[in-house]
This record gives sequence, structure tokens and C-alpha cells, in this order.
Amino acid sequence: MGCSCCGTDKMAQELDRIIAKHKDTRGGLIPVLHEAQELYGYLPMSVQKQVAEGLGVALADVYGVVTFYTQFSLNPKGKYKVSVCLGTACYVKGSGPIFDKISSILKIKNGECTPDMTFSLDACRCIGACGLAPVIMVNEDVYGRLTVDEIPAILDKYRKMEAGIA
Amino acid sequence: MTDFVNLTIDGKPVSAAKGTTVLEAARQAGVNIPTLCYLKGINEIGACRMCVVDVGARSLQAACVYPVAEGLKVVTNSAKVRDSRRTTLELILSNHENKCFTCSRSDNCELQKLANDHNIKEIRYAGEMLEFPIDRSSLSVVRDPRKCVLCRRCVSVCKNIQTVSAIETNERGFKTIVTSPFNMPLNETPCVNCGQCINVCPVGALRERDDTDDVWDALNRPDLHVVVQTAPAVRVAIGEEFGLPIGSRVTGKMVAALKALGFAKVFDTDTTADLTIMEEGTELVDRIKNGGKLPLITSCSPGWVKFCEHNYPEFLENLSTCKSPQNMFGAVLKSYYAKKHGIDPTKVFVVSVMPCTAKKFEAKRPELSVDGLPDIDVVITTRELADMIREAGLDFKNLEDAQYDNPLGQGTGAGVIFGATGGVLEAVLRSASYLITGKDDETTDVSIVRGVDEIKEAEVTVAGVTLRAAIAHGLGNARILLDRIKAGEASYDVIEIMACPGGCVNGGGQPIVSASVRNHIDIRVERAKALYEEDTELHIRKSHKNPIIKMMYDEFFDVPGSHHSHKYLHTHYQPRDNYPENV
Ligand code: SF4
Ligand code: SF4
Ligand code: SF4
Repeated sequence: MGCSCCGTDKMAQELDRIIAKHKDTRGGLIPVLHEAQELYGYLPMSVQKQVAEGLGVALADVYGVVTFYTQFSLNPKGKYKVSVCLGTACYVKGSGPIFDKISSILKIKNGECTPDMTFSLDACRCIGACGLAPVIMVNEDVYGRLTVDEIPAILDKYRKMEAGIA
Repeated sequence: MTDFVNLTIDGKPVSAAKGTTVLEAARQAGVNIPTLCYLKGINEIGACRMCVVDVGARSLQAACVYPVAEGLKVVTNSAKVRDSRRTTLELILSNHENKCFTCSRSDNCELQKLANDHNIKEIRYAGEMLEFPIDRSSLSVVRDPRKCVLCRRCVSVCKNIQTVSAIETNERGFKTIVTSPFNMPLNETPCVNCGQCINVCPVGALRERDDTDDVWDALNRPDLHVVVQTAPAVRVAIGEEFGLPIGSRVTGKMVAALKALGFAKVFDTDTTADLTIMEEGTELVDRIKNGGKLPLITSCSPGWVKFCEHNYPEFLENLSTCKSPQNMFGAVLKSYYAKKHGIDPTKVFVVSVMPCTAKKFEAKRPELSVDGLPDIDVVITTRELADMIREAGLDFKNLEDAQYDNPLGQGTGAGVIFGATGGVLEAVLRSASYLITGKDDETTDVSIVRGVDEIKEAEVTVAGVTLRAAIAHGLGNARILLDRIKAGEASYDVIEIMACPGGCVNGGGQPIVSASVRNHIDIRVERAKALYEEDTELHIRKSHKNPIIKMMYDEFFDVPGSHHSHKYLHTHYQPRDNYPENV
């Protein structure tokens, strides 16, 4: 499966419908962005431009909102979304180095996606599993009480799954 | 009737109009409250917390947004207040690139002044410096985010006054940064190069592109004939750079300084402002008589022209095809002047001193050249000229007045007032009768088009022709005016638009006046006053009466609107996308 990004005409039409729905409401920008993100998975420039034009606001305003709220993403998500909890409990138990390890193995920074679209990496706030700190999630799978040394094996598991070896 | 309330500020009884802020009431009572992000009429958002005062509430309040109330007791100078301000300042300084030595704003920096005023000798916090590259992509504006204190004044001016929104406050928390969307280089955004953001920035995070090296290099080359022209608004502002009061007219000293710097000739852009009136006035009369596109809209403000190309392409045909006075000047120098004086036009090097950063962009437009020679070689702003004068060690204040050179150093009063909003229109009206009937009339001072009201309208009948005119300055006002026309709510024959609020006197290349002064003096009004003064002192006050203009037509251009004048003095425009590429 490829990524679900970059506007096919049908998606652009759907986005126009979303924009039309909120066009006359004050503060319509945020709901439009939410629905646009659901539609595309992330908010690339082409989408933000369409939203800006459709709502008659400047691209700078749209981009300002997108970068202000953590729930919006400028980058596509990988097939396997790796989230590292940097909430206080996890952070204290060493999720920082875990984050760095993943980042260096995948060669991507926070919020980015690997070029082959397999993995994306996000730092997230507390996911409510403090008892298991430090915690990471890969899609719905939760891994707790981790050490840096366990990281390569976890990532490998998904690589193998992807290659159909598992 | 204004309602007044009684309060005390530091124990002093004060009476202030309802709705006034504590900051304003304190100023009226002679109590100084320090500010950083606040700029009257532009940025009143209470963001930086430098102006905190104690109003008896649980937490300190920002005086710039806190309204006065009956019985309010304000304390502006307690230990708690001072501590809070110091902490705020130290936090700002802790991730500020403190490099005053090499900073464009050293000596004229609001942050530096605050640090001095608050007796800051050490910074207790070690902030992490975010690494942001300097954006030098624009021909006009350089952005250095490492010096940015996030006051948001530039964002406000760009978004609310100019309605361009090229820059915004992006990200949040420690990562907050003011940039263009997607960190696009500024030259790929709809930025119009007006430089208003530079003028409001309290620190050295924004500055004009420095082109003074190119001028020095040219002055060093014996094979070049280096000529300089100065726009009208420069002479009423450059004195401020040397400590003279706002609104000082220093034409003679400025000319003397330019001669001392080594320019072969010092000419006056007023001369081609007069030429613009002849060409543009003729164009207007022609459009009225022959059913051409109306309203005719002026095209001498390059910030406005680019704004129109981005946002109102449907009005591009309304723009006058006349080049701006700056570019007409270059074209005249490299054609008529070079020929007349037997100089190789490729050796004529034209420097413009402009109150404007957008003129730097205008000069580089490929269409503004004739036979492969760009009209203008280098543009420097009023501030850059002041830098060169300091670099050359000239004692500006004590220079003997000097006169512009002939033949292109003679403008009329009509040319001088181009520098203030309404000036171009007034100049057109002064010559309208002559342009319509060939006979002059009494029209000279047209006071209804003067002043800083946001949109001015006038209906004037000249030689039986009624002209419905409008004037907008500041691009937000231009937008309002054009939207009204689009909606069919208004209709005009001629419109003057200047990108900068107040016109060129308040251009983005003019001396920077700190907020503490701007908060109670309207610099636009003071500088414009000096221009109108120069206008009344000149004995020729109408463009068509300028003998140089007559000579130029007789010897070279034939008549306004001729084939020859079209080749040298007119241009065209192109629609521009707001954001060309997807990333
Ligand atoms: S912005 Fe002000 S404080 Fe900062 S380096 Fe420049 S002069 Fe110094
Ligand atoms: S130069 Fe003018 S348009 Fe460009 S960013 Fe500054 S204020 Fe905005
Ligand atoms: S660039 Fe200057 S005006 Fe803009 S937010 Fe930063 S400090 Fe303020």
C-alpha cells in the first residue's frame, strides 16, 4: 500500500465540500483543518493553500494555526506510526534517549516520515500508561519498561512484517 | 462628552478618559512605563509583559491593555514590579543573539535601551539559542530570527495595516518563531517589499538589504559616470539620523554630503516626478476622452504595484503605464542626458536614494530597462545613505548647504509633494487644466487631498471636466477602496495609491523612530509638513511649468505619450501567484 497523500482530484473535491460547509462560520478554520487532516492524513502545502483560498484567509494564517496545535501534522504518517511518550513519568525514566535512538536508526526527526513511508516518528504527551514508563507505541501496540537496547529489535520486527518475512 | 474616571498612579491623582489604558493615562500624567511589544495603533496586544504594573489584583497586569477605572490604584514602580520586568527582560535576553557591535540597530535598539534602563549587567538564565538561518532571499528585506524578540509588531503591520500576511507567528512555546509559512524564502511569498515591518521592529531582527558596497565600488571606478538622484521624502527625514528633530528639512546638507561622497552629479527625482505628471496626466486625459480604462490608478509605489499584481490582477489594466519617477530618471539619464553630454550610456551608473525598500525590487524588474540597460543600477535607502555619510566621517549637521546640479536638479513644488499621501493627485490637479485645454488655471494648493485620513475622496471640476478622485495610503486601505469599486459601491476617474501609510515620508527605508516617540508623535504628519513647506518656497509649483521638462520634450521626447516617451518612460505589469510552488 502506498501513502494516502497528495490530492487526487476526488480528494480535492471533498476538501472543497468541507471548506464550503464551514465557510460562513466564524472560527471555521480549525474544524476545516481537522477534517482535512482526516481526509489526507496530514496537511501538506497544497492542502493548506486550498484551505486558505477557499476560506479567503492568508496562507500565513493557516500555517500559523497548523504549527501551533500539536494535533496537526505537516508531514505524512508512515504505515507504522511510532510515538514516544515524553510525558513527565516517561521522560524521567529515560524516554529521551529512547527517542534519540529511534530517531538515529530511522534517520528521521520528530514529526517526519521515512522516505519509503514505512515509519513515522512523533514525540507525544502522556498516554496514560505511566506504570509502564518509559513507553512507546507503534500504531496500536504498546511497549513498556523499555531500554534503549531493545529498540532495534522492535523496529526490526515491523521491517520484517513489511517485507513479508514474519 | 467624554466620561472621565479618577484613579491614582503611584499615589498621584489622575483623571483619564474612560476607555484609556493605564499606559496612556500614565503617559499623560508624566509617568513612564517601559514597553516592548506595544506600538500605538499597530500592536496593542499585551504580549511581552514589560509594561506590567500593580493594580491591586492577584497578578501584575499589562498596562498597555488594562483599562482605567474609577478608584483604581496603580503602582508602576514597586520592588515586585521591577523584579517582574527584570525577569522578563533577562528571559528575552537569554535567547537573544546579543551581538550589538555588528547589529544594524545598535544605538537605536529598544531592547538595548531597556536593558540599560533596567540596569542589567548579567543574565541569570542560560537560554538555548535556536539556530535559524538569516533569510537574505529578498531584494529588500533581510530577516534575522535570532535577534527576534517575538513582539509581533511586524506581523501586525504586515497583516492588519498592509493586509499582506507574508509572515506570521508560527509554532509554540520555546520553538515559537516569526517567519513566512513553510519557512519559505521571503522572495517567494506575496511580500511586497514595503519594509513597514523593518520600521516597526524594535530590534535588529529586520533590516534592509545593504547595497552600499555596490555604491562605494562604483564611486571608486574612474571609468564610470556615477550619478545620484534623491527622492523628495529623503530630504525631510535624513536629518533624524544625525540627531535633528523629526520634520527637519535638510535638502542643502544632503546634497552637500552626496557631493562630498564623490558623485559626479547630484540630481533631484522631483524632476522626473514632474515628467511623470506630464505623462500620467496625459494618459488620464486620453483615457477620459477616448473611453479608456478608468479609474486610472497611479503606479509610482512599487509596493502597491506588486500588491496589485498578487491580489488584484483585474485592476492591472487600470494602472498607469508610466514608470515611477525613480525609473523614469534612470531612463532619461541613460538616453537623453547621455546623448546630450556625449557620455557612453553604458558608463552612466545611476544610484537612487529612496525612502523605500521596495524601490530595490523595482530597480531589478527586468522590464524596467531600455536596450539592455537597466534604468537604475543601485538603490539605497535613506538609512543606508546615512550609513555612508557616517562611514565617510562627514559632519552632517555642519555641512554648508549645496545646490542640486543642472540640468536635472530642478523640480517643482508639484514634484516635491509626491513624497506625501495625496501629493501625486494634487500635482495632477495643478496641471490638469493645462493638460486638458493647453491653458493654465489658478489651481495650486488642493488641501482636501492632504492629511492622513485613511481614504480621501474629492470631486474637482477642471476646464469643464469633473474628476472623481480617491486616495488610499497603506495597502489595507487600498484593499478597502478596491473592494468597494469591485462591489459597485464606488466609482472614480483617478486614484492615487501609496503602499506605505502616509506615503513615502513613512517609507520602509526611512529613519527608524522608536516606539516611545511614535506612540505620541505622528511622524507622517511632521515629515509631510516639511515637504509642503519646501513646496511653498519654490517659485515654480506646477509640473508643466518646469523649464527642464519643456526642454526634454523639445529636444528628445517630442510630446507626452509620444512613441519615444513610450519606449523610455512606460512599462507593463504581470499577474503574480501568491505562492508559486508546493513543497
Ligand atoms: S537587537 Fe539590540 S540588543 Fe540585540 S544585538 Fe542588536 S542592538 Fe544589540
Ligand atoms: S516588507 Fe511589507 S509585505 Fe513584506 S513582510 Fe514586511 S511588512 Fe510584510
Ligand atoms: S522581527 Fe522584529 S518586529 Fe517582528 S516579532 Fe521579531 S522583534 Fe518583533
